[in-house]
Amino acid sequence: MKTVLKSTVMAAAAFGLFAGASASADDLTVVSWGGAYTKSQVEAYQKPWMAKTGHNIRSEDYNGGIAEIKAQVEAGNVTWDIVDVELSDAVRACDEGLVIPIDPAELPAAPDGTPAVDDFIPGTLSECAVATIVWSTIYSYDASKIEGDKPTTIGDFFDTEKFPGKRGMRKSPKANLEFALLADGVPAGDIYEILASPEGVERAFKKLDTIKDSVVWWEAGAQPPQLLADGEVLMTTAYNGRIFNAAAGEDKPFEIVWDGQVWDIDLWVILEGAPNKDLAMDFLKFSTSTQALADQAKWISYGPARKSSAPLVGLYQDGKTEMGPQMPTAPANMKNAVQNNFEFWADHQDELNERFNAWLAG
Amino acid sequence: MATVSDHMTPGIGQVAVDAPLTAADGTPLRKKLAQANRRARLRATLLVAPLLLFVLITFIVPIGQMLVRSFHEPTFSEVLPRTTEALKQWDGADLPDEAVFAAFADDLKDAKENRTIGQVATRVNYAYAGSRSAFTSAARKSTGFEAPYKEALIAADDVWGERDLWAVMKRASKSYTPEFYLAAVDRTTDVDGNIVMVDDFRQIYVKILLRTLYLAGVITGLCLLLGYPVAFLLASLPTRTSNLLMILVLLPFWTSLLVRTTAWIALLQSQGIINDVLVAMWLIDDDSRLQMIYNQTGTIIAMTHILLPFSILPLFSVMKTIPPTYMRAARSLGATPWTAFWKIYVPQTVPGIAAGVLLVFILAVGYYITPALVGGQDGQLISNFIALHMQKTLNWSMAAALGGILLATIMVLYWLFNKIVGIDRLKLG
Repeated sequence: MKTVLKSTVMAAAAFGLFAGASASADDLTVVSWGGAYTKSQVEAYQKPWMAKTGHNIRSEDYNGGIAEIKAQVEAGNVTWDIVDVELSDAVRACDEGLVIPIDPAELPAAPDGTPAVDDFIPGTLSECAVATIVWSTIYSYDASKIEGDKPTTIGDFFDTEKFPGKRGMRKSPKANLEFALLADGVPAGDIYEILASPEGVERAFKKLDTIKDSVVWWEAGAQPPQLLADGEVLMTTAYNGRIFNAAAGEDKPFEIVWDGQVWDIDLWVILEGAPNKDLAMDFLKFSTSTQALADQAKWISYGPARKSSAPLVGLYQDGKTEMGPQMPTAPANMKNAVQNNFEFWADHQDELNERFNAWLAG
Repeated sequence: MATVSDHMTPGIGQVAVDAPLTAADGTPLRKKLAQANRRARLRATLLVAPLLLFVLITFIVPIGQMLVRSFHEPTFSEVLPRTTEALKQWDGADLPDEAVFAAFADDLKDAKENRTIGQVATRVNYAYAGSRSAFTSAARKSTGFEAPYKEALIAADDVWGERDLWAVMKRASKSYTPEFYLAAVDRTTDVDGNIVMVDDFRQIYVKILLRTLYLAGVITGLCLLLGYPVAFLLASLPTRTSNLLMILVLLPFWTSLLVRTTAWIALLQSQGIINDVLVAMWLIDDDSRLQMIYNQTGTIIAMTHILLPFSILPLFSVMKTIPPTYMRAARSLGATPWTAFWKIYVPQTVPGIAAGVLLVFILAVGYYITPALVGGQDGQLISNFIALHMQKTLNWSMAAALGGILLATIMVLYWLFNKIVGIDRLKLG
């Protein structure tokens, strides 16, 4: 029965996609994570690009991962052109030939003439992908719900005695294992070395065990601000931009704790066999230019991936909040920070996902 | 239509025993009848053909393809054909010899060229965690490798000197493999080829399968318990009233599954309506709100509600046909109300009970959306893990193996059900 349902849904979806595709075959399909983040891309990249080139963009949302990309490429029915992915997924998709290689020499140089290869923050260009932003998984709390001492360290997130209440966490081992080890006193520089050993993994899960019963698990990036606002949790891990937008944009009393942040980058990839490959490449070059990256920071607190963009970052769209200190890359926020190690996760995610799920179900 | 023609009739009173019966045009009747039957069959087939084709294309073929994936995974041998060939000669006792390493180095160059190394890396990484980056980095360096390749590869990464990794690669090089079915029952093959349990912190699927069957059983029981009196009430009321009440059963039945599930979230969550009311009535403390959702309780409540009509409707249709006179006759012959109900009424409703139980149970075993939304961590069913492997981990063979096991389990239960109740006694409505 479920399979019947599923094939019916899939057939319906296929017809839907087909109808959508045939209605506007020349439109560029840009896929991203939805919510405040997609809005920032629409404002900073899509609208100016459409105005400049006269082409239309169809914006779609997804929840990350390369499952849809793989399904489209393997079925030979590619409807997405350009997708915003995490680094580990970009590398994996590249290794499996799902996305096309991109020559960094083709990217626009900085306004002062520095070639793109030197202008991008080291590690943000890869064989098939070009970074747009630096983002971070942090934890946040509702200041109006906590009286007296506020949480300031990653250890406080795991301290349910000092701060009794529910915790929100992403339903994935990624970042959570890092948080657990940081809270257990491991220095930021040693996280992945320790996590690579069975004892390290054991230690991380032991730490997670201490709060397991208080955790509400979230999956989509838009959920944690909602959980906080509804009072379902006292603190939650979240993507820093989402919390910033809820705080600055909707006046929620949410505070970000930067101690122990796990930062990562988001990149554009272009699908193998994308229907509008040339348009996608043009859009990619446009959106990773110095000015476009700096403009995006006006809409969400994610750091631009180009060095030359940083000085251009100004105020939030409300015209009064200084964006610089809100960036994951701001020096004050980087004191105890971990850079997500994509190679570690590419190697161990099968095993750790399995273990994490077994742990959750147990 | 067929008449015995006149000239064949010898005379009144005499019967032509051997003469074949023929139709009006002289063809033998039997042939004519066969023709007519054939035409009717053809017509019937043509009428069913669209549905048959539809079922074949959207149901049988995809399921078949998916099931094939669960034991047929040719990535390794397709991407690394020379290595596959060379590994056949390797006895597995010690490290493979130079020939295997040389074939592997050749294949790596091609794989880098075609950008297919990631597929193999993913495949081997399922069974040998942490080997992924060894493959991708070896492919990147492949153009620099020179003979002797064994030393070159081991110098690039120690892991190429591990016999275990090569044993895993040899297993992966076989296109037909029981590996995914083993993994789906928490088992694996060790380096010497013995089937062993996986580490206990990774054991999950057997537990989940048992939990799925258990929860489906509980939900089926609850549906029967709640549905039986409702169906009885509907069947014994006058038609006008029962039609009106029937709407109450059918309306939720027609409402979208997602709407009903989210309605339960609004009701049951800790800041939800039920908790608010209980707190307002001073029945519970504000700090000790009941956790009724994002756990097994949530799954059971929401799924019971959603599947209830599937148990009420067949029960109702069966009860409607039972004449009330039987019960009255039993009572007049001295049976207590309970005896009359248990001995006379219930046995007659068995076809309805059986249909309801079978429908609800099979639907519940494969349920996906509701447990995904309200199941939290311990209310997830096996379908949620199939979805996980389809969408997140991209291990489609594993998803196929789990699906295969679920299908087999249902087949066995169906067979048992047929043995015990008899499928011909079902009455679906």
